[in-house]
Amino acid sequence: MNVTHAIDKNEARRRRWEARRRYLKDSYILWRRNRLMVVGTCIIVFLLLVAAFAPLLATHDSYEQILPDRLLAPSTKHYFGTDGLGRDIYSRVVYGSRVTLTIACLVAAISTPLGLVIGVFAGYVGGAIDEILMRLSDVFLAFPKLILAIAFAAALGPGVENAIVAISVANWPSYARLARAETLGVRNNDYIQVIRSMGASNLRIMVGHITPMCLSSIIVRLSLDMGTIILTAAGLGFLGLGAQPPTPEWGLMVSDGRQFLVDQWWVSTLPGIAILIVVMGFNLMGDGIRDILDPHQRQS
Amino acid sequence: MTTQPLLSVKNLKVHFYTLRGIVHALERVAFELNRQETLGLAGETGCGKSVTARAILRLIDPPGRIISGSIIFEGRDILTIDEAEVRDIRGSQISMIMQEPKMSLNPVIRVGDQVAETLLIHDRSLNRRSARRQAVDMLAQLGIPDPTRMAQRYPHELSGGMSQRIMIAMMLVTRPKLLIADEPTSALDVTIQAQILALMQTLVSEIQTSVLMITHDLGVMAETCERVAVMYAGDMVEVGSVHNVLKHPQHPYTQGLLQTVPDKANPDQPLFSIEGNVPSLLEPQTNCRFAPRCAHVMDRCKREIPPVYNLNGDHQAACFLHDGSPEAQAV
Repeated sequence: MNVTHAIDKNEARRRRWEARRRYLKDSYILWRRNRLMVVGTCIIVFLLLVAAFAPLLATHDSYEQILPDRLLAPSTKHYFGTDGLGRDIYSRVVYGSRVTLTIACLVAAISTPLGLVIGVFAGYVGGAIDEILMRLSDVFLAFPKLILAIAFAAALGPGVENAIVAISVANWPSYARLARAETLGVRNNDYIQVIRSMGASNLRIMVGHITPMCLSSIIVRLSLDMGTIILTAAGLGFLGLGAQPPTPEWGLMVSDGRQFLVDQWWVSTLPGIAILIVVMGFNLMGDGIRDILDPHQRQS
Repeated sequence: MTTQPLLSVKNLKVHFYTLRGIVHALERVAFELNRQETLGLAGETGCGKSVTARAILRLIDPPGRIISGSIIFEGRDILTIDEAEVRDIRGSQISMIMQEPKMSLNPVIRVGDQVAETLLIHDRSLNRRSARRQAVDMLAQLGIPDPTRMAQRYPHELSGGMSQRIMIAMMLVTRPKLLIADEPTSALDVTIQAQILALMQTLVSEIQTSVLMITHDLGVMAETCERVAVMYAGDMVEVGSVHNVLKHPQHPYTQGLLQTVPDKANPDQPLFSIEGNVPSLLEPQTNCRFAPRCAHVMDRCKREIPPVYNLNGDHQAACFLHDGSPEAQAV
């Protein structure tokens, strides 16, 4: 008899564990090899830490206005200086990371499932329903995302919650398109026919067999989109359609500093740099995630 | 016991509405399959064997359409019952093994879970854990070594033969009454083919399933089937017991088909082939489809569709050669 089959359960479990460990190790090597991704990941981890430990890092109350201390230049007391109402910009930037992360995560949590469901459904059902849903997404895609988000935010009224809804609504079509394309590729595979011949309902096929095949490209797309989402959120804040004062939101802070830009550059610039760094971090990481998940890269 | 056949297909007609015109894929397919019987469906590529198989499960997708006919399975006409009932029959009563075992398994799901899924689809009260245990039992029954570990594997880790075993497990785990095997061995190594066939036969007799064995390999057919149906260009040309059809073929096409089998005793003999090509299926059938290639062609073959003649006992052929012969009677 074949010797390799005479392996007990523990041995099998050990091998599986080994394979998983090897996958992680390969991922780590690929991650290390991509310097830019290392930088991106560090930035995002830093952002997460800042958001988590904001109360410890902040030196002042982010809402407290000390009017005599208006527009102070950066110093050891106020690392990033103070704004037009005498609030400590450093503390506001620190707390702002929470607002930014909340918006980015909620938009991702709303728009990706929405796009995924619509895309898989349209691709699987096909015909007139597919046509209608895709033309609808065409309408959304015809406008730049920011413009569309502004329109929705203006219609819904200002506020963080409405900004999240507005950005999500502007975002879903690209995921729907992607999911639909993947679905069309998977739908005619033999194994879908097989599962159908076993009596599976359409819902079971869509949920159990097609959606998992779409996930990896959706995840890659999402990680590349995170930067844009944050930028859009900041843009809405800047235009007064997103977070409202006195919320420490970065876009809003940039907007607040406009009137002092020439003489007190730090009011606008420092939150702006925070936006720049975070968006860059997400973009670098997104690129890297695509490379790591790509099986062709693993060969080398 | 009923003497009624398990499956009875009558006058099945399937057309595909393509851009080049209507493809008359099946024109006149009729056969009966008795309980615990293995019926072979023979014919060359493109003659409509697989379409027949898919039609039995009502899995013909647009642009294809089942035009007419009836498929009576256990007293119910599959072509008239509603979709939910058909879904209920698929997998639990009629299962189908496809040609390409490696393509037939979902690459991202462990094979054990795929076998278990067949059970879960048809039994809502079953929980995942016990379905998985049944799946492993099924693999063990198939003689797969170390079934627990095998169930944990992904399809890409398996060989073609092993994948086909998993497919067989998937299809038989629900103990269906009818198994449709669409060229189950043609994608496999010759050495594995015999193993897989033997395995299928043991299992089939164990759970007392009828089999519709689709193949173009007459050797496989002779070995596994009790009765044989021969198709040509969407038309049924001959039906009968495996002995009658292979030893005393009554239709010129079957005779030609049998001559194409190389003779082991005489290896230097050039390979035989039937002259001509399969006719285009774009035109509706108005004559014997085999007439242009037939050695015994008569004038009426080119004008009329030959009826099915009942020859001695359980043997039928659709050919005018039998018109007027004493034992033959038109059906």
